[in-house]
Amino acid sequence: MYGRKVKLRFVLLALILASVVLTVLLVLQSLKENVVYFQSPSAIKSLIELNKKKIRVGGMVKEQSVFITSDEVNFIITDFKNEINVVYSGVVPNLFAEGKGVVAEGFLKDKNYFTATKILAKHDENYMPPEVKEAIGDK
Amino acid sequence: MLANQIGYYSLILGLLFSVLLCGVSIKDFGESNKKINQNILSLTFLQLVFVIVSFLSLIISFINSDFSNEIVFNNSHTTKPLFYKISGTWGNHEGSLLLWLLVLTLFIFLFLIKSKEQPKKYRILTLLFQQIIIIGFFLFVLMTSSPFNYLFPIPNEGLGLNPVLQDPALAIHPPILYLGYVGTSIIFSSSLAAVMQNYVSKQWGQHIKKWVLVSWIFLTIGIMLGSIWAYYELGWGGFWFWDPVENVSLMPWLTLTALLHCIVVLESRAELTSWVVILSITTFTLSMCGTFLVRSGILNSVHTFANDPARGIFILIFLFVLIVLSLVIFFIFHRENNKSSNNFFWLSKETSILINNWFMMYFLSVVLIGTVYPIFLDVISSEKISVGPPFYQKLIVPFLIPFLLFMSLGPRLKWIKSKIENKSSLIITFAISAILTFFIIKNLTTDLLFYILLISAAFFLFFTTLKELLLKKFKNISQTSAHFGFSLLILSILFNSILSSEITTNIKVGEKYNYKKGEIFFKKIEEKQESNFNSIIGYFEIKNENGKIIELKPEIRVYNQPIVITSEADIKTTLIEDNFLVMNLVKGNEYFNIRYQVKSFMIWIWISVLLISFGGLISLVNTKYEK
Repeated sequence: MYGRKVKLRFVLLALILASVVLTVLLVLQSLKENVVYFQSPSAIKSLIELNKKKIRVGGMVKEQSVFITSDEVNFIITDFKNEINVVYSGVVPNLFAEGKGVVAEGFLKDKNYFTATKILAKHDENYMPPEVKEAIGDK
Repeated sequence: MLANQIGYYSLILGLLFSVLLCGVSIKDFGESNKKINQNILSLTFLQLVFVIVSFLSLIISFINSDFSNEIVFNNSHTTKPLFYKISGTWGNHEGSLLLWLLVLTLFIFLFLIKSKEQPKKYRILTLLFQQIIIIGFFLFVLMTSSPFNYLFPIPNEGLGLNPVLQDPALAIHPPILYLGYVGTSIIFSSSLAAVMQNYVSKQWGQHIKKWVLVSWIFLTIGIMLGSIWAYYELGWGGFWFWDPVENVSLMPWLTLTALLHCIVVLESRAELTSWVVILSITTFTLSMCGTFLVRSGILNSVHTFANDPARGIFILIFLFVLIVLSLVIFFIFHRENNKSSNNFFWLSKETSILINNWFMMYFLSVVLIGTVYPIFLDVISSEKISVGPPFYQKLIVPFLIPFLLFMSLGPRLKWIKSKIENKSSLIITFAISAILTFFIIKNLTTDLLFYILLISAAFFLFFTTLKELLLKKFKNISQTSAHFGFSLLILSILFNSILSSEITTNIKVGEKYNYKKGEIFFKKIEEKQESNFNSIIGYFEIKNENGKIIELKPEIRVYNQPIVITSEADIKTTLIEDNFLVMNLVKGNEYFNIRYQVKSFMIWIWISVLLISFGGLISLVNTKYEK
């Protein structure tokens, strides 16, 4: 019916199609697993169920809340409506300071405690990450 | 003041020359003379001169700290060292666009000089397409981001340059990267011209390959410089973070690398013509997208200078026009030459290069999805997400195993039909690689099987290319050295990630901190004043497991204009490892926040990237071996 060449092309096309579909599935699956969601302290308060996944929390570092011991940095992130306690062991970026915007990445212990694995560096002190701006409203 | 005006009017003159050039070249296109009209060359040269004048006058404004110029005011300061005054010229949005423009005009001029033996119509069309891009950028600069805006009353002092940008690597990173980015514009223009003239042929392949190489070399080195900078200046201690801004520079690199490989097929076999053209268009589009994403403020990073929506929209429209234009041209004019198409067998050099291209496209889609998906999701659902490094690692690293194996075997194949020669020696090489890997890493990691496969594949490439380099002397040295460099890169990255260790702690002056393998002693701090910053230098002594003492002196700098605190890591580099210490002070606390890292084989990462670009360089200077 069909020539050998046509059959070969058909097989080739099917193979390519299959590998493309497989790739897309793989990418989507991996994306689902590795996406980090951003939440404000208020959004965390209104969570119904605690998620075990890694998230980012953003807002302002509350004045007078930074407390450092020999192996931890403790501080509070606030969006002026709600706040959350953060425990972090590691190096804070240069622009980390009370009253400045901050984004912390890590895991929720409960609705009030957050264990950060990374504090994100910002390079410009006037610059506020869009997420943080949104989280704290127009203040 | 004067420099400002000269700069501004030269820009406008440059734009006028663009329009003039379009007219003259369209006229010349219709005429029957064999050679291109000499006026075209002179006009292009004059245009280049005007852009150079404009750029120089901006530099002069920066050197003189002429604060009547808005961007000098925003980005400079009288106490800044001269070197950074100059590099401040392109350390901001407006100036960096002027640099784009400069490189655009420079490259088209070089193109005209270097393409004298090419057909006339093809050269004129390339010039025309390039001028369309140039006009777009002229308008962009003049309308939305003029570097020559006046400020009145004239301020006495400027706002200063962001201190993290005051760094030698970052001073040369943008120009080098731009040479790479903008080089792709020539490839874009000339491939469209070649399509219109039905000139996508062996000759065209040989001629455009040089431009592909030039862009590729600059892009490679530009990315590396950015990476080195991030490594020591940002204090995170890594060299690649899968940050969106890094990704947008990696994407054109991937397509350019793919293009570099299939242009070899084009120049020797006149095949894959459509694919070459598509890759050329994609590469330039991705470079432009990079500029758009980075400059529009959609991605937040150190590269985002200003969030002016008008700019984003301008680039977006411009990009859209270019893409539509190129697609229309491609579909109307492109003719696949049927004579020789698909004329090769499974086991051949052509196939192996196609395999390379498939991998590149796969890597590209992973990076593209990871970079664009968060933006996309934000637009449609206003959910804020970020895609972390595990996403990329999981999707890219496993595929490196077949990639490395193909990379070792592919170059050994011949055109059209081939068989694998010296099978036994290859098997022996692979066995040696596997055994070597097993003994090296058996105690190091838990994920043994995966790493053995991966590292053996890398060693396999390492040994096969090394053998090639040693035995065949200079035959095809460019390809071999680039592949050798790549194997070295993968090996150093892998061992770097397996062997590196890190300690973070908070410590007071005079304290000692003991960790499993050694001790960190914080001896003292010292304060010092420089012209534009004050610094606090910490003196640390680190005793490692062998009892060897390493002294490290990280710094905290408090810049006065603008007031910004930066940490300068202190790094002791040896061939085996980097000792990296960075410290930080949180306001109102006596604890210093420190991070001590031992990064294995760090320097080899840079060396191997240099080797890779060196391969490209050899191919550029001497095309004789490329048979």
